[in-house]
Amino acid sequence: MTHEFSEAIAEDREPLDNWRQYFRFSTDHKVIGVQYMVMTFIFFLIGGLLAMIIRAELLTPESNLVDRPLYNGLFTMHGTIMIFLWIIPFNAGLSNYLVPLMIGARDMAFPLLNAISFWILPPAGILLISSFLLPNGTAQAGWWSYPPVSLQFPPGQLINGEFIWIVSLILIGISSIMGAVNFVTTIFWMRSPGMTFFRMPVFVWSVFSAQLLQLINLPALTGALILLLFDLAFGTQFFKPEEGGDPIIYQHLFWFYSHPAVYIMALPAFGIIAEILPAFSRNPLFGYRSVAIASLGIAVVSIFVWVHHMFTSATPGWMRMTFMFTSMLVSIPTGVKAFAWTATIWKSKLHLETPMLFAMGAAAMFIFGGVTGVMLAATPFDIHVNNTYFVVGHFHYIVFNTITMAIFAAIYFWFPKITGRMYAEGWGKLHFWLTFIPANITFFSMHPLGLQGMLRRVSSYDPRYQGWNVIASLAAFLLGVSTLPFIANIVGSWLYGPRAVDNPWHATGLEWTTSSPPPRDNFAEIPIVTRPPYDYGDPKYSVIKNSNNGE
Amino acid sequence: MEHRPIHLDESPIRFEEWRRRLPNWLQRFLPSGGGSHEDHHGKGMFGFTVFLLSESIIFLSFIFTYVVLRLNTTNWLPPGISGPELSTLVIINTVVLLSSSFVIQPAENALKRNQLSKFRWLWLITIAMGIYFLIGLLIEWKNLDFKLTTGLVGSTFYLLTGFHGLHVLAGVVLQIIMLIRSFIPGNYNQTHFGTSATTLFWHFVDVVWVFLFSLLYLWRA
Repeated sequence: MTHEFSEAIAEDREPLDNWRQYFRFSTDHKVIGVQYMVMTFIFFLIGGLLAMIIRAELLTPESNLVDRPLYNGLFTMHGTIMIFLWIIPFNAGLSNYLVPLMIGARDMAFPLLNAISFWILPPAGILLISSFLLPNGTAQAGWWSYPPVSLQFPPGQLINGEFIWIVSLILIGISSIMGAVNFVTTIFWMRSPGMTFFRMPVFVWSVFSAQLLQLINLPALTGALILLLFDLAFGTQFFKPEEGGDPIIYQHLFWFYSHPAVYIMALPAFGIIAEILPAFSRNPLFGYRSVAIASLGIAVVSIFVWVHHMFTSATPGWMRMTFMFTSMLVSIPTGVKAFAWTATIWKSKLHLETPMLFAMGAAAMFIFGGVTGVMLAATPFDIHVNNTYFVVGHFHYIVFNTITMAIFAAIYFWFPKITGRMYAEGWGKLHFWLTFIPANITFFSMHPLGLQGMLRRVSSYDPRYQGWNVIASLAAFLLGVSTLPFIANIVGSWLYGPRAVDNPWHATGLEWTTSSPPPRDNFAEIPIVTRPPYDYGDPKYSVIKNSNNGE
Repeated sequence: MEHRPIHLDESPIRFEEWRRRLPNWLQRFLPSGGGSHEDHHGKGMFGFTVFLLSESIIFLSFIFTYVVLRLNTTNWLPPGISGPELSTLVIINTVVLLSSSFVIQPAENALKRNQLSKFRWLWLITIAMGIYFLIGLLIEWKNLDFKLTTGLVGSTFYLLTGFHGLHVLAGVVLQIIMLIRSFIPGNYNQTHFGTSATTLFWHFVDVVWVFLFSLLYLWRA
């Protein structure tokens, strides 16, 4: 395919920013954003490595590669790292970089607080991973750490894997709360003149909704973790059933946060898709207002769905019915988004650059993960497949195939803006196909396994499950390899890539009106916004020349 | 908005007109159509309020745990233990803490009117009341006949009062910092964000105590 944005490459001008700034305590939201993104990607590689070991263990029905306590630690740490140290903080980093640019502000509302919330993360992450070095290993109770399993560490040992796990999660939570306060205040107060709520890009709307969820729901997890810590270390009885406590309360508090956490992860991904699809189909986003409101709708509904993770936790019938209904209700605002994406690219000439490939891949995979999501929301079906690989397959379609693919789309899309250089298109396409095909094979295989009854979190299984497991594992190894062209491309292009122009994709949005990379204060003058977002192809509004490839 | 270009839609202007019709305190929370970068006080108070609302969810999660455990436990008090006592000490403590809200607010208002010495006196009284509450809490803890590990009653009681006590301590520390800052010349000429936030935090701590007091002492077994 020819490079249709060939004019995207500019002459080499002045040298780019000093790399040393990324290792310093900076209050510039752009530096902090890059710090977040690069650091979380390192955690993504660590979490991915753990997944590779898990898949290698599952090649054979016997438990023969790692011993069982270590296997428990592997899946616990894999889940924890991927959720709390990859997707959520990566989204925080991307939002940090983009939100002030998109709303025409010079920085976040509280720059110092912003820097502090970033610098809490590296120590917390290192603390979490260092628990591999403890004599009894890491936490082993799964990423949700249900009592009483999570309280079964040998007594008399104050510092154990579970203790470290709780402490680092509380730290990450504090960082997230501080970040959420900052984002909500920034979006409320820092918009440039004329940037009304209904002129904000959908990405900003989704960040706003996601951060509202952090504020409302995350403290419940912090509360639950404090109680768990007291039970573990100080001899209280909140969640100890043998001493009158109630472990189900922990499940309620945990899922009150951790279901909305799915949307905290997914909403920014939806926002990314909504930014990229219009730019590469040269169409305005279909139904902008509905899509913007749908972000808030998803957030509100998702506060009231958490019990669908607990259909088998002795949950009374009325609760099962109610939460089945509310869970299915989520599909309405998410459906609005999916239809709007489809209508946006409908009958238009698509420019299949790497960001577009990843965005379309993510959108398509979200349909798949959404369909299995509605299946799981139905109580009778959920009870049947509860705790099986069907659930694992479903949420990997969301967290990897949708969210992580959207994250890759975002990295390619905003790479020229962030670094001032252009990535190599061929390597990007290679990365896409090496990700898309193996990811589908790996995570699709988990659905038949779950329907046949293979339980999750086991290192040995019935030999009749081996076929699908071998397919999943081999594809997973290929998925692991797929990060190599990505790293080579990003690192190589960042150092030696050709200079990019300010707006290589002819995209709308304020971030493209400033230079690449943007100066310290983002804009020479605070922009005055006079047009709606996504005014692709509308000569009445367009300030940016449209590509002549459109219809 | 001085520099007004051609507006292709009028929504920012309509929003601005609607905003001006609202009461003053509400206007502070709704920045004009496309934020106001210069209003550091408003921005700070907005962020701090959002933070406090979020913080209250931690208290709610603890209260939820306490209420559910208490409703589902048949023998809430282990044999020989009378539970938290509504003693004179607790009542005086509560009265002191709640009335301190009515001391700190005039203090903040005095600072806004630049009455610095009135501010310092009232502020100092608030600090003393906060410290009195904390000492009272420690004495109460010492005299109780149960510990943190004495069944669910001990776990929940010390958790709730301890977590609230930590907030009182944080409030007192903030107040001391603000008092010291008032001796730095010109520190409060620009903005009173620090004292306003501390005052708001103190009211928050008081309101939380009203709920904890009712749930812990007035709800008899």
